Amino acid sequence: MKTNTKFKALLAAVFAAMFALFMVACSNGSGSASSASASASSESASSESASASSAAAIENPVIRISTTTSVNDSGLLPYLQPYFEEATGYQWEITSAGTGAAIKKGETGDADALLVHAKASEEEFIESGYGVERIPFMYNFFVIVGPADDPAGIKDCATAAEAFAKIAESGQVFVSRGDDSGTNKKELQIWEAAGITPEGQDWYVNAGAGMGATLTQAAERQGYTLSDKGTFLANDANKTLTILLGESDDMKNTYSMIAISPDKWPDTNIDGANAFIEWMLGDEASELIANYGVAEYGEPLFYLLDASSSASAASASASASSASSAS
Amino acid sequence: MDELVQAFTLMFTPGSELSQIILLTLQMAAFSTVISTAIGVPLGVLVGLYRFPGKRLVMRILNTLMGLPPVLAGLVVFFILSRSGPLGTLRLLYTLPAMVTAQVVLITPIVCGLSATAISGVAPLVHETAHGMGLSRRRELACLLYECRSQLLSIVFVAFGRSIGEVGAVMLVGGNVQYKTRVMTTAIMLETNMGHFEYAVALGIALLVVSFVINSIALSLQERTSAPEAEGARSHTRGGRLGGERR
Repeated sequence: MKTNTKFKALLAAVFAAMFALFMVACSNGSGSASSASASASSESASSESASASSAAAIENPVIRISTTTSVNDSGLLPYLQPYFEEATGYQWEITSAGTGAAIKKGETGDADALLVHAKASEEEFIESGYGVERIPFMYNFFVIVGPADDPAGIKDCATAAEAFAKIAESGQVFVSRGDDSGTNKKELQIWEAAGITPEGQDWYVNAGAGMGATLTQAAERQGYTLSDKGTFLANDANKTLTILLGESDDMKNTYSMIAISPDKWPDTNIDGANAFIEWMLGDEASELIANYGVAEYGEPLFYLLDASSSASAASASASASSASSAS
Repeated sequence: MDELVQAFTLMFTPGSELSQIILLTLQMAAFSTVISTAIGVPLGVLVGLYRFPGKRLVMRILNTLMGLPPVLAGLVVFFILSRSGPLGTLRLLYTLPAMVTAQVVLITPIVCGLSATAISGVAPLVHETAHGMGLSRRRELACLLYECRSQLLSIVFVAFGRSIGEVGAVMLVGGNVQYKTRVMTTAIMLETNMGHFEYAVALGIALLVVSFVINSIALSLQERTSAPEAEGARSHTRGGRLGGERR
């Protein structure tokens, strides 16, 4: 009997402690959020009053941005975030996944804007009415990375397709993302261009993982893989793998922004999405993007479409106009 | 709903990727369960049965390890099996043995801790009775294990459930390689990352159904072997039953 009451008292104490913890966690969450926004606004010392007034005018200050792992892993958005939040008074809520899932979040109404890199899927997305307009704005190059001694001998290939053909011929391990991401789609295009069906081959490893995990696996197996440059440079895999082929014409990787259409999801933050797109196309963001990575890697990780060669600028404006006409 | 039908059709199609994934999952869970039980139960019996200096510390460590985060277990095994790790030359990373190893690291403390608790609860009573009847140590141990059999069996179920549903560690050391190390949970992760949310849920339900069937089979086997004894009686007539069993 005595032990029973003791046990009850213990149980009550445990419940009370859990409840207290829960309350603390809740109040802490809101507290840190408000303190974060407070520090963000105090950071903008010069434009404090401006951001305060714009914050008052903003109905919903949170923009949910769905992006790909390659953008997020490169660190670009966290780098731009404070500048953006200071300039506009909006806050970013960034989620990252493979391009397939990143776009899906737009379809399910779980994002306000997309920042992705898979042209065909993006156009399909716009055509089904989920997005307002596809706005390509920056690019970089995919790279083929592999062991430094390059057993397949792809170093001097002119195109990615040629390099892939050599890898297949040599039977060296190739690690594929296999996750329907933009990089995965690009890789499959290159295999197709090379006229090879890698699926089911002994040397073809379908990792079904994000870029970081795929690079780790390629490094462990000392095999080849296709990566975006930014993620590779930021990943520890660059200690045992090197870039063997980059910047060939068939390796260009264009990133676009898409605002989610309020027609499909009336509660999306379309004002926020437009503010995001407008700011990203503006001078401040352009300069920040063009300089991103220069200090650390000696070269920018992303290039702006307008600032690049006339050919790519033309293709960009062409695709932009085709996108706007489609919408 | 279509996805669920699709998942179940694929599940029972021999040679389909999904049936291969389920077989691999069961293989992995079976190996992990058997090995971690084989290590964990004897250790748990030792810890639960004997007094030794530092026992409280051992129990605390065991209880802490029972909450070991799967990714941490995976990471430790990853570092050991990695090319640059101490066992890198075995080239075991991204293979089934690597996944089983990570799960054994994860599950053995759970099996050990739970069986130590189960044993230490019954041990004094059994010891008293066995002492009174003049049983040998070996007979006493056998009686003890027999008394704990249903707890030990549910510990095995816990181990199996933990193994079949675990994702963090197997993702890390298995690498989710198609046809080689892709199991149900990592397949669900992949489908989610690909934006195939409905199919991912369908796979999850398929996994639950597989677990349910296996648990049902095992439980009915257990009921059959211990049918004459009512489950509720054991807590009341422990000593008496022990005596009865001897005859």
